[in-house]
Amino acid sequence: MDRLNLGELFLHFLVLWFLAIGGPSTIFPDIHRYVVETRHLLTNTQFAELYTLAQVAPGPNAMYVTLIGWHIAGWKGVVATTVPLLVPATTLTLLVGHLNERYPNARLGRVIRRALMPITIGLVLASATILMRAVNHDWRGYLITLVTRCGCSRAARWRACPAWSEHRFSLRKIYRR
Amino acid sequence: MKASVIFGSLITFKPMKVLNQKTMDQTESHKPNISRFELFLAFSRISLSSFGGAIFWARRELVERRSWLTNREFVDIFTLGQLLPGPNVLNLTVIVGHRFAGWTGAAAGVAGFLGWPCLVVIGMGVLYQHYGALVQVQQALAGMSSVAAGLLFATVVKLAMVLPRNWRPWLFGALAFVGVGVMRWPLLWVMGALAPWAVFAAWKEQE
Repeated sequence: MDRLNLGELFLHFLVLWFLAIGGPSTIFPDIHRYVVETRHLLTNTQFAELYTLAQVAPGPNAMYVTLIGWHIAGWKGVVATTVPLLVPATTLTLLVGHLNERYPNARLGRVIRRALMPITIGLVLASATILMRAVNHDWRGYLITLVTRCGCSRAARWRACPAWSEHRFSLRKIYRR
Repeated sequence: MKASVIFGSLITFKPMKVLNQKTMDQTESHKPNISRFELFLAFSRISLSSFGGAIFWARRELVERRSWLTNREFVDIFTLGQLLPGPNVLNLTVIVGHRFAGWTGAAAGVAGFLGWPCLVVIGMGVLYQHYGALVQVQQALAGMSSVAAGLLFATVVKLAMVLPRNWRPWLFGALAFVGVGVMRWPLLWVMGALAPWAVFAAWKEQE
C-alpha cells in the first residue's frame, strides 16, 4: 500500500464530484482507477465488495464513496471522500437554482441535458463492465449478472417494482421535454 | 337531531375550508410554512426508505404525502438536479430545503438525507473489517456484486431507450465508454474533451 495522502484524496474527489453529472455511477470508473490502479489502496475485489455493500444499504447510491473512505482511513477517510460530495451540491446547485427560477425554460439547460445524457450512458456502461470484471471469475457470476439485467426490464414492464418503472417513466419525461 | 346535523355539517365544512385556504396560499406564494425539523424528518424518511434510488421515495414523500410541492414543481426541480453534478436527489434536497427555510433549511435537509446512511454505511464498514475475510461472507458478496453489475447494465439499457434514434448520441456514448472504461484515461480529460463538443453539437442541432 502506498503512503496515503489524504489531502490529495480529498482534492481528487472534489474534482470528481464536479464532473459527476448524471449521478454517482458516472465517477465509479475514475474512483476505481485512482484507488485501485494508481494508488493501490484497495484490491479489485475489495473495491467491488465495498461498492456492493453500500448499494445494499438504504440511502443514496453515492454512499459507496463514504464506505471506501472509511475502509481506507477511518474517520479521516470518511471526511476526505464525503465532504467533497457536498461542495457542488451546495455551491453550484443553489447558484443555478437561483438562475433557473429567474429564467425558467432557458434553452441552454435543455441543450446541456440532451448533450450530456449519452456521455452519462457511456460512463455507466464503463462502471458496469469494470464491476463485472472485478467480481465475475467464472460463468456463474456472468449468469447472475445477465439474469439481473433481464429481470429488471421484465419487472419494469410488469410494474412489479414500482420504484424502477417510475424512474424509467420520469426519465423519459425529463429527456423529451 | 338538529344539533347533530349542524355538528355534521361543521365537520364536513371545516376541512373543506382549510383545504381551500391552503390551496389558495399555495397558488399565491408556493411556500407553505415548514420548519427545519420537519425538513430534517422528511428527508430522513426519504433516505431511510430508499433502497437503490431515492427519486421514487422523494416524489412520494414531497408530492403525495406532504404536498409541499406540486408534481410539476417536483419534475422541474429534479430536472435541474439531474443537470447538475452530484447525486441527483441530494441536489433536490438542497434546493427544496433552501426554498422553504433558507440556508439552515438546506443544511437540515442534507443532515437528514445523508446523516443516517452515513452511519449505516460506517457500521457496515466496521462489520466488513471484522468479518470480510470469512469465506462465506466473500461468497455472498461475490454473488451480490454480480447482481449489482447486472443492475448497472439494466440502468444503461433503461437510459439508452430514451435516446433519439440517430447516430450522434451513440457516438458520444461510445467515446465516453472507450475513453474511461477501456483506455482508462482520467475522467477529467475525457469530460473536458467530450462535454463541450457534445453541448456544441446539440446546440447546432436545435437551430
